[in-house]
Amino acid sequence: MAIFLTKDSKVIVQGMTGAEGMKHTRRMLASGTQIVGGVNPRKAGTTVDVDGTEIPVFGSVAEAMEKTGADVSVLFVPPAFTKAAVVEAIDAEIGLAVVITEGVPVHDTAAFWAYAGAKGNKTRIIGPNCPGLISPGQSNAGIIPADITSSGKIGLVSKSGTLTYQLMYELRDIGFSSAVGIGGDPVIGTTHIDALKAFQEDPDTEIIVMIGEIGGDAEERAAAFIAEHVTKPVVGYVAGFTAPEGKTMGHAGAIVSGSSGTAQAKKEALEAAGVKVGKTPSETARLAREIIAAQA
Amino acid sequence: MDLFEYQARDLFAKHGVPVLDGDVIETPEAARAIAERFGGRAVVKAQVKVGGRGKAGGVKLAADPADAVAKAEAILGMDIKGHTVHKVMLAQTADIKDEYYVSFLLDRTNRTFLAMASVEGGVEIEVVAEQNPEALAKIPVDANEGCTPEKAAEIVAAAKFPAEVADQVAEVLQKLWTVFIKEDALLVEVNPLIKSGDGKIIALDGKVSLDENAEFRQPEHEALEDKAAANPLEAAAKAKGLNYVKLDGQVGIIGNGAGLVMSTLDVVAYAGENHGGVKPANFLDIGGGASAEVMANGLEIILGDPDVKSVFVNVFGGITACDAVANGIVQALALLESKGENVTKPLVVRLDGNNAELGRKILDDANHPLVQRVDTMDGAADRAAELANK
Repeated sequence: MAIFLTKDSKVIVQGMTGAEGMKHTRRMLASGTQIVGGVNPRKAGTTVDVDGTEIPVFGSVAEAMEKTGADVSVLFVPPAFTKAAVVEAIDAEIGLAVVITEGVPVHDTAAFWAYAGAKGNKTRIIGPNCPGLISPGQSNAGIIPADITSSGKIGLVSKSGTLTYQLMYELRDIGFSSAVGIGGDPVIGTTHIDALKAFQEDPDTEIIVMIGEIGGDAEERAAAFIAEHVTKPVVGYVAGFTAPEGKTMGHAGAIVSGSSGTAQAKKEALEAAGVKVGKTPSETARLAREIIAAQA
Repeated sequence: MDLFEYQARDLFAKHGVPVLDGDVIETPEAARAIAERFGGRAVVKAQVKVGGRGKAGGVKLAADPADAVAKAEAILGMDIKGHTVHKVMLAQTADIKDEYYVSFLLDRTNRTFLAMASVEGGVEIEVVAEQNPEALAKIPVDANEGCTPEKAAEIVAAAKFPAEVADQVAEVLQKLWTVFIKEDALLVEVNPLIKSGDGKIIALDGKVSLDENAEFRQPEHEALEDKAAANPLEAAAKAKGLNYVKLDGQVGIIGNGAGLVMSTLDVVAYAGENHGGVKPANFLDIGGGASAEVMANGLEIILGDPDVKSVFVNVFGGITACDAVANGIVQALALLESKGENVTKPLVVRLDGNNAELGRKILDDANHPLVQRVDTMDGAADRAAELANK
């Protein structure tokens, strides 16, 4: 089953013909993703040869959907053009838009998020500033390496790309139903809670790993959601205990403001909701293993 | 990026928010001409990016131009909560009848913008929010609809502004919204927004925080950076395009990906508990590429930090291949040595993920006397902490 992305997903790439778009289209194709087209109004009607596969380029998301039945778009569009590209995806009512781009002004993200809401939330947005998502063995929409692990019973949701890879690697022998990188910006589309809800409902997922980091209160709200609605075991990890107040730590959203957004507060909230929280990524993997061993 | 009060005032003025005349100076004597321009009296205000400067003695009323020079002299160089005062703003005095509060900010939790307003301004708004929350109106503002005249009226009504100032405050709110949108701000705050003796609404003090992700379309914002206050290592890293934050420990950190680097700092701090309490010296995310050049730039910054006693390079090869990273490290060390840099600090390297075996072999073959390879993140952190404690 997996969440948000399956073997049947038909994926288009907005910004496919750029350097990053091309590189990752190649990787997504190689990992078995059904890439059905690219979008670039200036190159509409042409095709691009990607390692022997001819990928058609369409003038718009709507046209690509009409001609191919695409239901997922992955965006590798520069920050200045990201808002317009996401708005186009929303207008076309594509089911899922995965916004990889880092460095999108928060006013633009707030605007396309509000726009998606005004249009009835027909498009699920993941990101921006995220690695995308993968359902190993089925489909890969974004930049997560497909060869770290294979399909299995762990569901993972994370604000961080490399910590996603790290945990997938540590638990590679068990495997993952889906791993979703939701991104490190202050405003993002899909949240921890959205992914937790989907993993709770997904029959292929038996345990959930949730990775958070400093900034905002998404982890605290996820903890409240877990206490109320999640019956599957959840193992957590939070990065940024040593981050000083008022400094942005790489991700635009990773900042402790005054006393809010600290890693300690997030860890305590998760533990209060019954989540086992690891001190390090390795300990987090170990906690997940213990739970899986006890399930068997 | 947080701005100084005088910079916020300039942005307010640029977009039509009513402010008093003011000027920023860095030497006491410059206060004289400005006070004369104001007709003698002036308020002398320390420019520091921290609250509570009034209580700390950083805001003083000057009776005449000579007094303005004296007050500026007293305030310049003051230490306010660890911030040295390098600039003071001279502002016109105001006849304050009432003090209010208004702001627009990003509401992360609700993924929207928020207007906050109160007729109890002039004190720290966190105090109002805690002690008298019903006195602080909070109204969501749709990012696409903005602060329309109707929305401004709604905010004014919710905060119960007196009828005689309602229209003026609504107009100020709309202009403040313009500042918020046009300048790509994360926060615009006026506290206090005052009613003067003659019934005018004026923004007396303000705070603005700008979105650094918007710099590509805000070319004027670069000039607002407080380059003097930046840590020299942070400034050097920024000039090289590196994502670096100086911390106060002894273990230099290089990693790829913001989350993994934050995690590395934590793991080093835990390991340090067993090694004399050593801590991470910095945050440095070299990103996905991790080329030899980027690695060399990163190592140069970190080895140039006199606090650093050991370095921990923690890379998980996702898209990046570990052999490329290993080659980057070897080449970076050679590059630094060829430039005459004194490379003497031990490097602990952990490589995992894509082509890790190949990367480890490259390091083994290079057999650099300063480089030690440890294959787990926790083990490598422990080794780096141990070396920093020697």
